[in-house]
Amino acid sequence: MRMNGGWFSELRPRAFLPVVFVLVTPALALAAEPGGGGALAVATGETMPWWGWPLILWVVSLAMGVVAVLGGVGGGVLFVPIISGFFPFHLDFVRGCGLLVALSGALAAGPGLLKLNLASLRLSVPVALIASTCAIIGAMIGLALPTNIVQTALGATILGIVLLMLMARKSVMPDVKQADNLSSALQIWGVYTEESTGEKVNWKIHRTPTGLILFIAIGIMAGMFGLGAGWANVPVLNLVMGAPLKISVATSKFLLSITDTSAAWIYLNNGCVIPMMVVPSVVGVMLGSFVGVRILRVAKPSFVRWMVIVLLLFAGAKALTKGLGLPFIV
Amino acid sequence: MTFEPKAQEATAEQVLYAKVLEAGMYTGLLILFVTFAVYVSGLLSPAVPVDRISSYWTRGVNEYLEVVNHDFLHLEHPPTGWAWLYMVGKGDFLNFIGIAMLGGVTIICYLAIVPTLLRKKDTAYVVMSLLEVCVLTLAASGLLAAGH
Repeated sequence: MRMNGGWFSELRPRAFLPVVFVLVTPALALAAEPGGGGALAVATGETMPWWGWPLILWVVSLAMGVVAVLGGVGGGVLFVPIISGFFPFHLDFVRGCGLLVALSGALAAGPGLLKLNLASLRLSVPVALIASTCAIIGAMIGLALPTNIVQTALGATILGIVLLMLMARKSVMPDVKQADNLSSALQIWGVYTEESTGEKVNWKIHRTPTGLILFIAIGIMAGMFGLGAGWANVPVLNLVMGAPLKISVATSKFLLSITDTSAAWIYLNNGCVIPMMVVPSVVGVMLGSFVGVRILRVAKPSFVRWMVIVLLLFAGAKALTKGLGLPFIV
Repeated sequence: MTFEPKAQEATAEQVLYAKVLEAGMYTGLLILFVTFAVYVSGLLSPAVPVDRISSYWTRGVNEYLEVVNHDFLHLEHPPTGWAWLYMVGKGDFLNFIGIAMLGGVTIICYLAIVPTLLRKKDTAYVVMSLLEVCVLTLAASGLLAAGH
């Protein structure tokens, strides 16, 4: 099928520059505004071939996969606010899709992380039980609430994540003087080799009850917004419970495969999964992740981190204004 | 109980979990990609024509299900839960096999490690693993309805 010259010629300069994502999203934002008159708004009509939106979704997901790896965030946290803010898909389907994107990434990474003993099954099992149960509750709340309220809360959450990224410090090797009683009883500890130094690191955790309580909120938010939850998992595992940063990051990634599974089933069973959206997104983010890993060797981390922060700030503001029914000014 | 660091290798149940997860993940993704190729190539005709889907995904899920059911499926109730199984011969619903596989693999992983945990007499983790299976099975069952 040949692309129709009218919309394509207008769309190309804006939508086909996914690498400079920061430049793309404002164009999409304008275009997706009701009555905005942008190229994509025109393209939502009959002139768009059926494969137009899935192709654009794939390209943008690919770019998101690259940026997510470079910025050290999960695909879901970028996917939901950006796609729901700047694309014509309803938030219900974007959340279902976002969960499956995050789930696929976690499933793909999980086996390797477990075999390397970087992700800890003993740490994950109790945490996942709480988070996955609460993710079901979050998903049901998210689907029961009016869309504008969820969109507003999503915007506020994304802006909160930006603050967290700006303010939260990370501790490569937290000082855990003594394991607490609960983690001792559950034998949550481990040993891993720090490849950069060749040193064997013994680790244990503390404040386990506090951490588990925080995972109630994390699970609810993961289910409600379909975000994945790496942005919250890592600080709680690392800063609150005292797991080493590498163990926290790896265990968080693996945890998503369990937490997002429970929420994804709720969205799937309620009809919020459209394969024409899901498969291009999953393939795009996964391919983008592979590309991102290669670029990571030469990328400047500080630049990428700031790019992710700006993107999330932009997407959060868009979600917030969309939820509140306010005009969005670039 | 005092802190006693163990060997740095992953435990037997962790390695087993990883192997089952790996097999399920590859199988699920492969099925997802193949069924999507079947869908978009038109080898199996979809329930909702591909050139019409974009006019529905702007609606909320409840409205989407009702309209799609009215226009194409003509079922007694809009298709939720496992109703897709009855329409798996359609190109679009065929994709749910791979999605369900990805959603189900974690349940299989948990069930797989229970015998190992039982042999170790690790009662707390046996109980938590079985509870997790119950939670995920309940989520997958379709019994938990939600909606605007």
